[in-house]
Amino acid sequence: MSTVVEASKITGPSARPEVREVAAIAPLLEVDKVTVSFDGFRALNELTLTLMPGELRCIVGPNGAGKTTMMDVVTGKTRPDTGTVRFAGRDVTRMTEHAIVALGIGRKFQRPTVFPGHTVFENLELSSQGGKGVFRMLRAHLTTDERLAIDRTLELIGLADHQRQLGGLLSHGQKQWLEIGMLLVSQPKMLLVDEPVAGMTQQEIERTEEILASLAGEHTVVVVEHDMDFVRKIATKVTVLHEGSVLAEGSMSEVQNDPRVIEVYLGA
Amino acid sequence: MTSLAPARGPAIGRPWATWVTAAVCVVVGVLVPLLNVVTPETSILHVSAVTVALTGKLTCYAIVAVAMDLVWGFAGILSLCHGLFFALGGYAMGMYLMRVIGGEGMYRSALPDFMVFLDWKELPWYWRGFDHFGFALVMALLVPGLLAYVFGYFAFRSRIRGVYFSIVTQAVTYAAMLLFFRNATGFGGNNGLTDFKRILGYSLREPSTRAALCAASGAGLALTYLLCRFVVRSRAGRVLTAMRDVEAKVRFCGYDPVAYKLFAWTLSAMLCGLAGALYVPQVGIINPSEMQTSSSVEIAIWAAVGGRGTLVGPIFGAYLVNGGKSWLTAAFPTAWLYVLGTLFVVITLVLPGGLVRAFSGAGRGRDLMAGWIRDLASKRAASGTSSNVPLPAANLAAPAPPTTVAATDQEEP
Repeated sequence: MSTVVEASKITGPSARPEVREVAAIAPLLEVDKVTVSFDGFRALNELTLTLMPGELRCIVGPNGAGKTTMMDVVTGKTRPDTGTVRFAGRDVTRMTEHAIVALGIGRKFQRPTVFPGHTVFENLELSSQGGKGVFRMLRAHLTTDERLAIDRTLELIGLADHQRQLGGLLSHGQKQWLEIGMLLVSQPKMLLVDEPVAGMTQQEIERTEEILASLAGEHTVVVVEHDMDFVRKIATKVTVLHEGSVLAEGSMSEVQNDPRVIEVYLGA
Repeated sequence: MTSLAPARGPAIGRPWATWVTAAVCVVVGVLVPLLNVVTPETSILHVSAVTVALTGKLTCYAIVAVAMDLVWGFAGILSLCHGLFFALGGYAMGMYLMRVIGGEGMYRSALPDFMVFLDWKELPWYWRGFDHFGFALVMALLVPGLLAYVFGYFAFRSRIRGVYFSIVTQAVTYAAMLLFFRNATGFGGNNGLTDFKRILGYSLREPSTRAALCAASGAGLALTYLLCRFVVRSRAGRVLTAMRDVEAKVRFCGYDPVAYKLFAWTLSAMLCGLAGALYVPQVGIINPSEMQTSSSVEIAIWAAVGGRGTLVGPIFGAYLVNGGKSWLTAAFPTAWLYVLGTLFVVITLVLPGGLVRAFSGAGRGRDLMAGWIRDLASKRAASGTSSNVPLPAANLAAPAPPTTVAATDQEEP
């Protein structure tokens, strides 16, 4: 209960005028009427979504609501049938994955994916900021700034003592943190995080909450998560997806009391 | 400044590898040719001309094996057309060797013998320039490089990977072989290019020329090894191995896999071209049989036997397998293919890391295997249940977190 109160304190009943104010600033991400079909199944149905810089947004929804597909479209993994995606004022709908990354969108996958044959340090080095061309990489060494960024990240994700360990040998939770760390080192403008606490122990979940909370404000973060306790603790604003489009949007308590949301989840 | 782990190359953390390779290059490039030329034939230190020829030939194979390791062992691209790149380099050098025969051919014509035989009156345009050694050498590198670049560009851009890529490369090799078998293609058809007389003015029959070619092969191997070592130990090398392990993730780290694959692929093809150019003057013939699909498969076997992803392993693999081949095909001609097949099966089953890893213990390689096994185990566990897989310990310590909004809604008053 108390967490709900906290959430409403932050956004409060005056959330709407605030949003209108921020709208004067250009939104960071605009997903406009995006439709994606897989063999006739509409994974996304004219989905429209807007994100402001610095926002921490949670996206929830039942299985098959299109959460992961939405991330696939934003990161260039899936091409939409219709609609556009704009990031920081640029149309990224047809861009390749690595070009979108270069613009500043980082993504953490549902399953932890780290490089198993590289050490923790090398994993972070691989995701360092800076030019990514072959011929540059042949000659490049880490700059002092890059080393410091890696060092800070190692502290933040609590893997400083494991930096020489191979990625493949980390525990499940450590892999998740390493992956978040890899995102941080690349200093993206926006982070997309898919189910960060799935399969974590309670202590690991708490540590993850701390990590994500420390990012809010500085980065724009989008989190897809099933764990509602977790969502309630970290999110100020929640978007509910259903059958490929937005069903409801607002603070956690608003969303939870929305009759349409209740209907979808409880199947009235 | 905080002391951080010096970033090391992922797979070749063995300091002895470079020393061993250096020793091999010195033996092949200096010792063998020198002992052949300097010592009299009666001396026990004398190395026979046959041994020199064999050593030089095997060294060319070793270059190809290292080039194969760069793309297969480090970038995860199994090529079945390295034999083609090798043959193209060989043909380029062969064309030079044909041109410098001059009027000493069987027909005493300025044209190569096979063209006279086919009643061609003048040199085809693509034979121009091959009178010059330098031009031929550049072409031996450029032609395989260009073919690899163009083919690779389309294949990698279309995200053709794994076994599909290998099959396409095999088809390319086969098509090229059919093309080169045709007389009209202009490379001597079935017979290929042969009957060479001299290189850079030195007779190919002279033992000293053959010793020099063997030494050049040794230098070529050293160059190839150093170049590939530089690449795999650079940050670009770590991107290559990362791409081999989890390609999608590399893309989301902001790297363009097409560029990285293309780089390793083209470099590897050019090194094969170099090997082919060194090979042809030593064996005295190049014909389309070098483009047989089986030759390309054998190259992969050398790398696998020696140890993929080690650079030094494939060198041993090439010497060992081909040394065994030249001995066995003489001693028991029918047994060779059975031995090769058995070797490949046994190595794959018993020593998947190859001979080098088996002998060096390779702590890091073993760690990696353990990691993969653990990954596999966790994947199995994950696929068995829903997306939320609390560890057993967590299950006891804390109640499982609710999975859906529905669950929490019911908890709320």
